[in-house]
Amino acid sequence: MTTGNTTLTGILTWYRRQAKSSTFGVALILLALCIVLALSTDRFLTQTNLFSVMRAFSFIAIIAIGECMVIISGGVDLSVGSIFGFSGLITAIALNRWSWSIPGGIALGMAVGTGFGMVNGTLITRLRIPPFIATLGMLSVVRGLAYAITSGYPVRTPSPYNVLGQGYLGPVPYPVIYMAALAVVFSVFLKKTVQGRRIYAIGGNEQASAISGIRVNRVKMLVYTLAGLLAGISGVISIARLGVAQSTAGLGWELDVVAAVIIGGASLSGGKGTILGAILGAAIMGVLRNGLVLLNVSPYWQQAVIGLVIIIAIAADQMRRGSDQ
Amino acid sequence: MLEVHGLSKRFPGVQALDRVDFDVDAGEVVGLIGENGAGKSTLIKVLAGVHRADEGQVLLNGEPVGIHTPQDSFSLGISVIFQELNLVGNLSVAENIFLGRELRSPGVLRSFLDFGRTTQRAQQLMQQAGLNCDPRLAVEELSLSHKQMVEVAKALSINSKIIIMDEPTSTLTGQETELLFQIIERLKSSGVAVVFVSHKLDEVFRICDRLHVLRDGRHVGALQTARTSRDELIRLMVGRDLGTLFVKQEAQISDTVLEVRDLGSPKGIEHVSFDLHRGEILGFAGLVGSGRTEVMRALFGIDKRTSGEILIDGRPVSIHSPSDAIAHGIGFVPEDRQVQGLVLGMDVRQNVTLASLQAVSERGFLIDAREQGVTGSFIEKLSIRTPSQEQIVVNLSGGNQQKVVVSKWLATNPRILILDEPTRGIDVGAKKEIHRLMSQLACQNVAIIMISSELSEILAMSDRIVVMHEGRKKGELDRAQASQEKIMEIALRQTDQGVA
Repeated sequence: MTTGNTTLTGILTWYRRQAKSSTFGVALILLALCIVLALSTDRFLTQTNLFSVMRAFSFIAIIAIGECMVIISGGVDLSVGSIFGFSGLITAIALNRWSWSIPGGIALGMAVGTGFGMVNGTLITRLRIPPFIATLGMLSVVRGLAYAITSGYPVRTPSPYNVLGQGYLGPVPYPVIYMAALAVVFSVFLKKTVQGRRIYAIGGNEQASAISGIRVNRVKMLVYTLAGLLAGISGVISIARLGVAQSTAGLGWELDVVAAVIIGGASLSGGKGTILGAILGAAIMGVLRNGLVLLNVSPYWQQAVIGLVIIIAIAADQMRRGSDQ
Repeated sequence: MLEVHGLSKRFPGVQALDRVDFDVDAGEVVGLIGENGAGKSTLIKVLAGVHRADEGQVLLNGEPVGIHTPQDSFSLGISVIFQELNLVGNLSVAENIFLGRELRSPGVLRSFLDFGRTTQRAQQLMQQAGLNCDPRLAVEELSLSHKQMVEVAKALSINSKIIIMDEPTSTLTGQETELLFQIIERLKSSGVAVVFVSHKLDEVFRICDRLHVLRDGRHVGALQTARTSRDELIRLMVGRDLGTLFVKQEAQISDTVLEVRDLGSPKGIEHVSFDLHRGEILGFAGLVGSGRTEVMRALFGIDKRTSGEILIDGRPVSIHSPSDAIAHGIGFVPEDRQVQGLVLGMDVRQNVTLASLQAVSERGFLIDAREQGVTGSFIEKLSIRTPSQEQIVVNLSGGNQQKVVVSKWLATNPRILILDEPTRGIDVGAKKEIHRLMSQLACQNVAIIMISSELSEILAMSDRIVVMHEGRKKGELDRAQASQEKIMEIALRQTDQGVA
């Protein structure tokens, strides 16, 4: 009896603490969405479908890991969609036209993504251009480069390479594994390292952080560089999944990525957010897309419904947190 | 005309107002007097509809009224002119006066502004408020005193019966203050009730007909200015026996740890030099804006230095950023704890360890046990009242927030600790604890610099006092020779009379 009570109290305390975190709210929304879809369609709750949904949103989710760190630091990166596209493209060109080895091609794609991230960081810290403007400019520059070097033509990737994006470990598609691994690594980075704590601190109060001896510019440089790297990784994997690199890949993705991060409980004013939240945010959008297809909603309507759900998810979270105070 | 009965307001950790009574009549100027933290601001914020009282009654012309929002206060004819003026800098004077109540064109054009009438009406109101300038001028072009007049004109535009001015002279020059007093006289003779919030006694005696004195959230006296002496007023304001103020322990003052030579910064600091010894508390006195904070910002590497040299233990050091300063064993508790001291959205533990993350980590990874240990020890040592280490600091009271900031710096093991207005806006108990802590640190050989605008605090805590005026050091006093009068005399001495 007593043990039962302590367990119950334990669960209640755990629940109360979790209920305050926004990640918990996002998880609830995702769960509700899945339950609705499981009840209203036969095909949603099958292993094949679930893993294919996960693979579909894994690319956005990997970019969202980087974006999440940028947003926590109080900034925003609008160039991730372009960097995603360009990194994939440069890897495909290296493999296809320059006959580079696979590791070499991958390294090049990731290095180029990282390089663009460093350019963002430099524009923001050295030239003091607001992140919104700096990365908006880079969105256009990088996309333009992608068009210029390909003249718009797609570049095929060799089939040995494509295994990296199309293969499975048991029932789990490789991209899902990459996503999970990166999410774990960067969650630990954010929550357990000095640099991670500093990212939260400068987003929460830049002035107080600077006075506390944190070199704010270095931290900013780091987050934009990591955002570039993660967009690059995602781009390099995505071309292996598709077997082809397009100069238009990732067009407009920055908005989905930012939406995923915000749905995941981060605040555009900085200081708040988790990697898990961002992944769940990407999952909500991915599940929703899949569900709308399964429910035979006209593709013309899907975009509007997704937008609506984003608004509802964030409004619900605001209300839930508002009532706490 | 306006009466307040038994008003109480509690903030987490502080009883800001405790059954306070207050009244003001038409055509009189009533002073609301008290030290920092006495509850003046809270009272006027309740009247302005910014805060809601927990209990108590507000009567207007004998009728009970409910003030729940700034709009309520507005429509009852109460205008509050806050210290930080509520003006939109890039809009014109006329536009500011009618902000939110814009004058519209007649008939079908009613979506459009009526510029002619706005300018014309604004001109009339400005004249009543004593402001002579073009109503089309952008407010940001005006001096502070003129901006205040814009606020007065705005108050007149809604036919305010009661105008409350929160420390209106704190940022004004002597001349500007004179001008303000003329306006107040004019308002008074036109039947407006004026509430003048201040702690400057000279001004209070000059302008107020009656006084209400607050202390520690309580109403401790209603006085007729004409029948009150300065001493009586001070006794009421300070109230508590000196015994409840902290008495500094004598620390062993030993060798020089810090020498600042000829410091200058782009923020108006010139030729500031001083020494600091182990175990010493060096007070920095002077008016707001005299450059005390700016000296510390330059010393700590926040602002650039245009000249000067810093020596620690006799050796010149180069400090170009706060992290350099921290590396040399300097800590800095800044003046505005919410803006510069704390990351409000983080919890107690994360704030306490923020400046010493290296010490609680191993190869870049934070060690939970160390963080908890450090935080726990400071919660105990400084008796920080918090439900847990995971409490978000925004929910703590001012005094406890300040203790968190102090803990953050103590966690870096500083040899030199700079405290800028360490007890501003915190309750008496916490204030005493901070004073006790400073004294303890001095006894442990830490060298302390304390900036304070409260002369009684400077006199009680300092071993030596540096007096600043207009970006320069104007003089230095030993504990034995210092008095309020001497400090003020130095602080206000005209520049052309030379440097002490």
